[in-house]
Amino acid sequence: MSTDRFEAHDYYMMDELLTDEHKLIRDSSRAWVKETVSPIIEDCFEKAKFPEHILPGLGEIGAFGPYIPEEYGGAGLDQISYGLLMQELERCDSGLRSTASVQSSLVMYPIWKYGTEEQKQKFLPKLASGEWLGCFGLTEPDHGSNPGGMLTNFVDKGDHYLLNGSKMWISNSPLSQVAVVWAKNEEGRIHGLLVEKGMEGFTAPEMHGKHSLRASITGELIFNNVKIPKENLLPGRNGLGAPLSCLDSARYGIAWGAIGAGMDCYDLALRYSKERIQFGKPIASFQLIQKKLAEMITEITKAQFLTYRLGQLRNEGRATSAQISMAKRNNVEMALDIAREARQIHGAMGITNEYSIMRHMANLESVITYEGTHDIHLLITGLDVTGIAAFNS
Amino acid sequence: MKLLVCISKAPDTTSKIAFTDGNTKFDENGVQYIVNPYDEWYALVRALEIVEASGGTVTTITVGTEADNPVIRKALAIGANEAIRIDAEPKDPFFVAKQIAEHAKEGGYDIVLTGKETINYNGAQVGAMVAEFLDQPFVSLATKLDVNGNTATLERDVSGGLEVVEVATPFVLSAAKGMAEQRIPNMRGIMAARTKPLNVVAPVELAALTSVINYELPNAKAECKYIDPENMEELVELLHNEAKVI
Repeated sequence: MSTDRFEAHDYYMMDELLTDEHKLIRDSSRAWVKETVSPIIEDCFEKAKFPEHILPGLGEIGAFGPYIPEEYGGAGLDQISYGLLMQELERCDSGLRSTASVQSSLVMYPIWKYGTEEQKQKFLPKLASGEWLGCFGLTEPDHGSNPGGMLTNFVDKGDHYLLNGSKMWISNSPLSQVAVVWAKNEEGRIHGLLVEKGMEGFTAPEMHGKHSLRASITGELIFNNVKIPKENLLPGRNGLGAPLSCLDSARYGIAWGAIGAGMDCYDLALRYSKERIQFGKPIASFQLIQKKLAEMITEITKAQFLTYRLGQLRNEGRATSAQISMAKRNNVEMALDIAREARQIHGAMGITNEYSIMRHMANLESVITYEGTHDIHLLITGLDVTGIAAFNS
Repeated sequence: MKLLVCISKAPDTTSKIAFTDGNTKFDENGVQYIVNPYDEWYALVRALEIVEASGGTVTTITVGTEADNPVIRKALAIGANEAIRIDAEPKDPFFVAKQIAEHAKEGGYDIVLTGKETINYNGAQVGAMVAEFLDQPFVSLATKLDVNGNTATLERDVSGGLEVVEVATPFVLSAAKGMAEQRIPNMRGIMAARTKPLNVVAPVELAALTSVINYELPNAKAECKYIDPENMEELVELLHNEAKVI
């Protein structure tokens, strides 16, 4: 593929709001991505091949659980550092960011927040280093936007639990050593269980045929009378609020990640429009191209500040789920719109893998659907401002 | 082995270059700084490789103000043990070299490493001056450095070939491309850099020997002209009268 010539755009000098350490983390992860992932990403996407060999490198740059305390192998960083890391990964590919945000927010986060000390010691350091991969099982074939309707369940058998059911659309699942699985007990209460690779009756087949997130591996989780040791239950929290709190963390990361995808498309479109000559002049000199570019940088800038402020609120423990929904929804749509406009600017070249645009566009079709669909997030804002839920029966 | 690596900042290569104060000062507005690549990629990384293989410490030294702290922290994140910042605006190469030498002569360093030049000013003077002030040998533009006890073997590119130089420690070198590979700071390094010492010391009183009276930007890149391959006369005419190369 062509060389990654990405240059960041900072129209409102947001860098001045970041600490030196934020910038060092961002610039180091960007350099690592350019050196390690950019040269292989188109090939991985084309062949639907997950680049497993980069997992230790992702661990080294701190992409796995950066806000997890150092005693558990994390980096003890703030939420803005986490966001910047997700931005840099998704600047390259949403699948790359998905791998890291699932590991951080959907696997390490619940173990850290709701797990026992033994669970934290056993799982977190290996997940932080990338030695182990983890996944999160909430969505089921018939329960996507309505996870509370899940059928996966477990029964207390005295010295163990017996788990049955299945999960679908699970990022990382076929290669995971541990799955954080949400299932109902006999009273219908949702709990988190740590299901480990190799447990009898547990399989995680890969799902094929995706036109999106092709460099990330996706699968099912199937539980057929799986005996779960009692010490593998997450005791710290139960109810639907537990998995939803993990999704808050992941959606927050997506909000930053989408800015990365949008910036990459804008950067390519800006450069291409200044280099591409038609009618004797660069196409950047045409008003309709300038309109696209001006709108792109305007939307990126707005998203940067929305998300930066959200990061401050998360650092203070004050960000609400509804605020996170707004940012996730706004930013992913922004990135998708920019990808489509950037594709237009590139003309026919925009459909080729010479440029990352069409890959971003295809990836973002997943991102706009997973972790709360675009419409559901709108209804969450609707609920928040009216006090009336539009999605309950 | 005690190694001292001279670290300068330089504008990111994508920076827009402009001048202020009647074209006598570089306009720093909006400029992002990086560690001068010759200092970072070659001098610092090779110094780290040497102490990783055979023990010792790597200290960085920078003549600069608080604005230089981010690049110093990056050097610490890459792996240097500690940093010294001489708290002064670098006035000219003599000033910088003298400040470094004043520190180095007390420090008992086995090797002082600099990049071959900064990518903004391209002075390439500091290393040689430091060597002179310390009364030590200087090896310029080294592309390879190996150390065995008190003896170092260095390679230098010379016209059409290679020169291999042997020198006893202590000495000073300037590092060129090839001496090492760039290292990207990892999260452990970034975290460790938070608590590594960055010692700020007062400069020695010193006047600069030179001052810049004017900077000029190069002429804007001329537009490419396309000439019909059949039209040799026009090509010759343009090369002769416009480009003035024939």
